[in-house]
Amino acid sequence: MAAQVRASLMITCLGDVLFPEVGAAMVRVLRRLGVDLDFPDGQTCCGMPLFNSGYHHDAALVAARTVRLFERSEHVVVPSGSCAWMVKAEYPGLLAHDPGLRAAAESLARRTRELSQFIVEVLGVTRIESPFVGKVTYHDSCHLLRGLGESASPRMLLRGVPGVELVELPGSDQCCGFGGSFSVRLPEVSTAILDKKLGHVEATGAHCLVACDAGCLMQMGGGLSRRGSTVKALHLAQVLAGGAEA
Amino acid sequence: MSDTALRTPFPERAGAAIKDAFLQEALKIATTKFIDLRRESFAGFPQGEALRDRARAIKEATLQRLDEHLERLADNVERLGGTVHWATTADEAREIVLRLARDRGVRMAVKSKSMATEEIDLNEALEHAGVTPVETDLGEYIIQLAHEKPSHIIAPAIHKTKGQVAELFSRELGGRFEADPEVLTAVARRVLREKFLQADMGITGANFAVADTGTVVLVTNEGNGRMVTSLPRIHVALMGIEKVIPTMSDLVVFLAILARSATGQKLSSYTTLVRGPRRAGELEGPEELHLILLDNGRSRQIASTLREALYCLRCGACLNVCPVYRQIGGHAYGHTYPGPIGILLTAMLRGNESVRELAHASSLCGACKDVCPVRIDIPRMLIELREHLDREKVAPWGERVLFKAFRRLLMSELAFRLAARLGRMLQIPFVREGRLRALPLLLGRWTRTRDLPPVATRTFRERWKELR
Repeated sequence: MAAQVRASLMITCLGDVLFPEVGAAMVRVLRRLGVDLDFPDGQTCCGMPLFNSGYHHDAALVAARTVRLFERSEHVVVPSGSCAWMVKAEYPGLLAHDPGLRAAAESLARRTRELSQFIVEVLGVTRIESPFVGKVTYHDSCHLLRGLGESASPRMLLRGVPGVELVELPGSDQCCGFGGSFSVRLPEVSTAILDKKLGHVEATGAHCLVACDAGCLMQMGGGLSRRGSTVKALHLAQVLAGGAEA
Repeated sequence: MSDTALRTPFPERAGAAIKDAFLQEALKIATTKFIDLRRESFAGFPQGEALRDRARAIKEATLQRLDEHLERLADNVERLGGTVHWATTADEAREIVLRLARDRGVRMAVKSKSMATEEIDLNEALEHAGVTPVETDLGEYIIQLAHEKPSHIIAPAIHKTKGQVAELFSRELGGRFEADPEVLTAVARRVLREKFLQADMGITGANFAVADTGTVVLVTNEGNGRMVTSLPRIHVALMGIEKVIPTMSDLVVFLAILARSATGQKLSSYTTLVRGPRRAGELEGPEELHLILLDNGRSRQIASTLREALYCLRCGACLNVCPVYRQIGGHAYGHTYPGPIGILLTAMLRGNESVRELAHASSLCGACKDVCPVRIDIPRMLIELREHLDREKVAPWGERVLFKAFRRLLMSELAFRLAARLGRMLQIPFVREGRLRALPLLLGRWTRTRDLPPVATRTFRERWKELR
């Protein structure tokens, strides 16, 4: 038997404070797949909100802290494409002023994976026995799709669940309008983009809208519940774990 | 755009655009069509991706030695009998055109579509000097009649429905025209044919200028560009200095991807190559050709963060896919160049201060980068621009304080935990059915249209002890 895979959870700020059920679902799924998990103490946020708004000096301080916290992790799993992108694509550049930190950031970038990519690429699993039953549609989060170039793994995993019927979302590659601080800097524009997206979602007839990014789920879930929709926004981990329950 | 329009803050301009039902309909139809046409065009063109890389490399290399290429271009244009003018600023460029018009008794100038002339507000300057400018591209003609500005780089009247154009033509040209694009085009054509024959000066931009051969290249779809460059006795071409490319083989690379990116065409209907004025024995062409090389802040950017914006071919693909542009259209941006690339170009031409608000008019979704024929990393550059605004302390004071405080929170797990706890307490009066539906202050901007999940009863961190 192959050696057990060991991985650290990078739970992210939104995952910790607003969506702990997503993290719990992720733990259930990964444990079932035999992964030995740990949760490095002290973690907070990847710093992307600072970085995207142009506060690069501040973002670099946060990045340096995160790099140190995950220094000893064999693999790092993140339930958000955007945070994974931040670590993988932006950390090395942000920490370029210090050769030691830069090397550590590059190493972390290599060891870090978004959840669906971790399951498919590292664990080599595409079928997960989950009791979940329902018609779902999938939204491609911008950073996962265009940043990390990933559209296949989440769909593969959804199709691998026996009870899931996956219907494609028209314009699944179009932004949901979240964009971090964009959603409060320009709320009208952000909401207009969201409304278009939710129109497409409701037209699919799916019961669940699945995504791999807490930001998009906060935006789309917030819009769905505001319009009193019966469609639920769920993280991929929740479908793979068997449902929305905590 | 007038200064009055710019005095309205950007969020209000954007909000008004979202409420404009006509604009929304026009934008949806046009951008969707452009997106589909572009996608189909590249799907059947496997060499397209490599050509995009090649085009980018040519732009990169050309900018490295821009001065040499420009001098070679100027030499060759003059060798062919043309005159080259160098304009450092928009003022200088306008002055050159006005002087030419004045000295040669020009009363009417026909124009082919040109964003560079928009950039320097040439039409207003001509009118002021008693020269009548007549736009001959159909879209430009429409907005000139409507006294508006282009709202898209290649489809200037994209914000107008055919019904609105029919009303405009009926009012301005006298008659009753139905909302049929063919009828309306025929009307415009009839009016414009007269103008081509009356005009003393033809004004164009340039999509490219080939240094080796002194060729000014125009990419158009209506044939008006040819008449502008051949019927009047004087042809004036205005181009940004970044439009120079070294050779004709480079031109082939760009032509293969430009129209595909813009309209999904393999090539535009007309590719006009202008080499000098009419020569002895030739039957057509202008007596004089003037090429104005416009800097207007461009050369300053060659070694800066905004450098990549100088690769832009003005195809408009990034506008069509931008979720923000698709909601607000071009006018709300408030400057000559709209859309994601427009934010960068505005910063380049008017300084970072001018895009204090616009720098944030992007969700950073990256769709623009994906479709850009020369792969300009627009989201990345917007982030860099925001970084400048922060460092130069142009960003609002309150915002900077907020982000610094946020950083402190992220640097200490204890502070982070306490903040979560504080949030849990403060939110109590606002939780309804497990959701936050109306929050005060900054968060009210979120909850006006969207629910927010409350801070969890127990955070993941707090649960981990049992999950472990």
